Amino acid sequence: MSGHESSYTPTNAFTRWLDTRLPIIRFAQDTAINFPTPKNLNYWYTFGGILAVCLATQIITGVILAMHYEASVDGAFASVERIMRDVPYGWLLRYIHANGASMFFLAVYIHMFRGLYYGSYKAPREVLWILGCVIYLLMMATAFLGYMLPWGQMSYHGSNVITGLFGAIPLVGESIQTWLMGGPSIGNQTLQRFFSLHYLLPFMIAAVVILHIWALHVPGNNNPTGVEVQDVEKETVPFHPYYTVKDAFAIVIFLIMFAVFVFYAPNVLGHADNYVEANPLVTPSHIVPEWYLLPFYAILRAITFDLGPIPAKLLGVIFMFAAIAVLFLLPWLDTSKVKSMRYRPVAKQFFFGFVAVCLLLGWCGAANPDDAVIPALQGESKLVVSYTENDVEVTSEYRGGGEAYHDAKSFMETLPADANPSLSAVPAPTFQFRHLSLILTFCYFGYFVILFFIGLTEKPKEVPESIHKSVLKRHKASTATAIPAE
Amino acid sequence: MKALRLLTAGLAGLIFTAAAHAAGGAEHPHPPEGGWPFEGPTGQFDQASLQRGYQVYHQVCSSCHSMKLMSYRNLGEPGGPFYDPAYPNPNDNPFVKALAAENEILSPTPNDIGEFDYRPATPADTFRSPYPNVEAARAANGGAAPPDLSVITKARHGGASYVYHLLSGYPHDDAFVQREVDGETVTYVDMSKMGGHGDEHAEGLLKVNPGQYYNPYMAGDTTPNFEGDPRHAPKGGFLAMPPQLLEGRVEYTDGTEATVQQMAYDVAQFLAWAGEPKQEHRKSLGLAVMAYLLILAVLLWFSYKQIWRKIDH
Repeated sequence: MSGHESSYTPTNAFTRWLDTRLPIIRFAQDTAINFPTPKNLNYWYTFGGILAVCLATQIITGVILAMHYEASVDGAFASVERIMRDVPYGWLLRYIHANGASMFFLAVYIHMFRGLYYGSYKAPREVLWILGCVIYLLMMATAFLGYMLPWGQMSYHGSNVITGLFGAIPLVGESIQTWLMGGPSIGNQTLQRFFSLHYLLPFMIAAVVILHIWALHVPGNNNPTGVEVQDVEKETVPFHPYYTVKDAFAIVIFLIMFAVFVFYAPNVLGHADNYVEANPLVTPSHIVPEWYLLPFYAILRAITFDLGPIPAKLLGVIFMFAAIAVLFLLPWLDTSKVKSMRYRPVAKQFFFGFVAVCLLLGWCGAANPDDAVIPALQGESKLVVSYTENDVEVTSEYRGGGEAYHDAKSFMETLPADANPSLSAVPAPTFQFRHLSLILTFCYFGYFVILFFIGLTEKPKEVPESIHKSVLKRHKASTATAIPAE
Repeated sequence: MKALRLLTAGLAGLIFTAAAHAAGGAEHPHPPEGGWPFEGPTGQFDQASLQRGYQVYHQVCSSCHSMKLMSYRNLGEPGGPFYDPAYPNPNDNPFVKALAAENEILSPTPNDIGEFDYRPATPADTFRSPYPNVEAARAANGGAAPPDLSVITKARHGGASYVYHLLSGYPHDDAFVQREVDGETVTYVDMSKMGGHGDEHAEGLLKVNPGQYYNPYMAGDTTPNFEGDPRHAPKGGFLAMPPQLLEGRVEYTDGTEATVQQMAYDVAQFLAWAGEPKQEHRKSLGLAVMAYLLILAVLLWFSYKQIWRKIDH
């Protein structure tokens, strides 16, 4: 399975016997112990191990939670609280599982940005990257399904929004939506199928993770220089103990942050409305998904105009799915031969810009689209008096401070009784979150277009001949002048 | 380059806080003066306050609000207001038994001949619900069913502080104005007399519809009822619950003076405990987990240095 020569020699009669029948010890030895790994991997490369821990944590806590959970619209909310109150350490399991989803996404985002920065998606690792994107897609589906299970207000109304997206697809949309919900609306049958699928998908993720690791072990790890290993002796170290200890350290640091959330701020990443039991008749004033889906939610809501025959809602759905689909095409969109952004001075600027765009999209996703981005820059609202004159709607506008109000009031008093005057405040036009979201959506897709053209024109810095030379050079530099290394 | 990265890191922080930021439209509920004793990594509940809070819940709130996720035994469990170390099983605790027996409930299980009796509650029973179902609750309260209070502090932005301010933040009597409009008496709140609460810009009269009560901490929209500059409509909203905690509404068994603030403080703390009875245990376990992880991190750091000492990387 691995691309390197096996260095395993069975030491006794039993292992020799087993090795010719099921070489499982050889496999473990070659994959997890002796696997040659570039010696220059930095801490950004520890997130693979951290993600494995996240997946295992979610599956273990999830299996136990499922023993106590009741997938029914009448019992789900209470059963989750019963876990928190009456199951021994149930509160711990549930808080680990709920915050674990956030930690999982935090780690996966860092892992993906790491891949983007060091060009880990380029040949010969395209399949590795695509499998990673499949895992990410499955993670989003799993998280969405799981968010339904506590049967709170945000669970219910969030699911309503997302299943409604499929309804926007022309011709077959409504059938797909009905099929997903198992009926004309979200109900007990929806909750049961979401629970079933929420239990299934993590094991599918685990299966794709195995493929992901397989696809990693054929070409071997990329590394911060983006230069492939040339001399296994000089440039690599066995995975164990070198990277097991480094990953273990990083995992424990990550767990410390994880534990801060679980023990001291377990509900800070969630939404208060989800502690209100689902009520189809009461819609929360502000429906938002969990933080890790906010950038996509912002893209969905950014499109508020029809484009020819395509209605705005469908266009938003298309853009949202395209934002994920474009990641699958990335290996062929980036035309540069140089992998690592370290040696790509122009592309590197755009990369950091892209990170900023993704974060700002998250900010837009959390905000109300009609709100001002910078409230301080929004001018004072104007007062509008509307009344009828000779059966025609007429309006009269007033601007300014307190005087404007008095002027409007005295004007209203001069009107005849049958004019039916009413006074309202109309906010001054300003730069709203919907505008910012639209700009950022174009920046998001723009990055992938720009990457295509930069690759053709950019003059990269000199790429080191080998990993070994790059390490030597950095050591000389740091001992001579103590320049901080990249 | 460095600047860009700093910017990115700053943005990340900003987005985390923005995502957690509360919904607008209502006054922000700050913690009461002196803060809550249960806040922070080592915070603990004030047991005397929890006991008084249960008394306020039992004598005032429970006549309209259910707490379906709570059982009487919870009151006698470790961390609960009536925990007694002599009775590790709260079902044996005579004080908890007596508290439960004060409530007559319809037995959830049938008797020998298959009928459902009324009987005094036992510690194993859930808190008595004032109404048999939500329809009855709605019908008895002008169309608005009183929400279940089991997890109310987790279900509202501001938690216990929200409960505290909502209960003690109603306008004072002298803020109300009555006027004759088209032959009917209409009640208004004079916003300039809110005294400390409410928006200082809001000057004008706020019309209060019959059966509704204005509260600056309630989420809502006051614009349609505000007879003043619509650009400065006061924060807050209307709810169907009249002010409940009037001076001396309960007589505390421990002799504490039952001011509005005191009752609101005690019942808010009780509800914060009831929303998550295991939170003291959570924090104390957290301390041990943190210490363990920190020591492990230090050991792994030195192991890493030791293992990698001969490798240039």
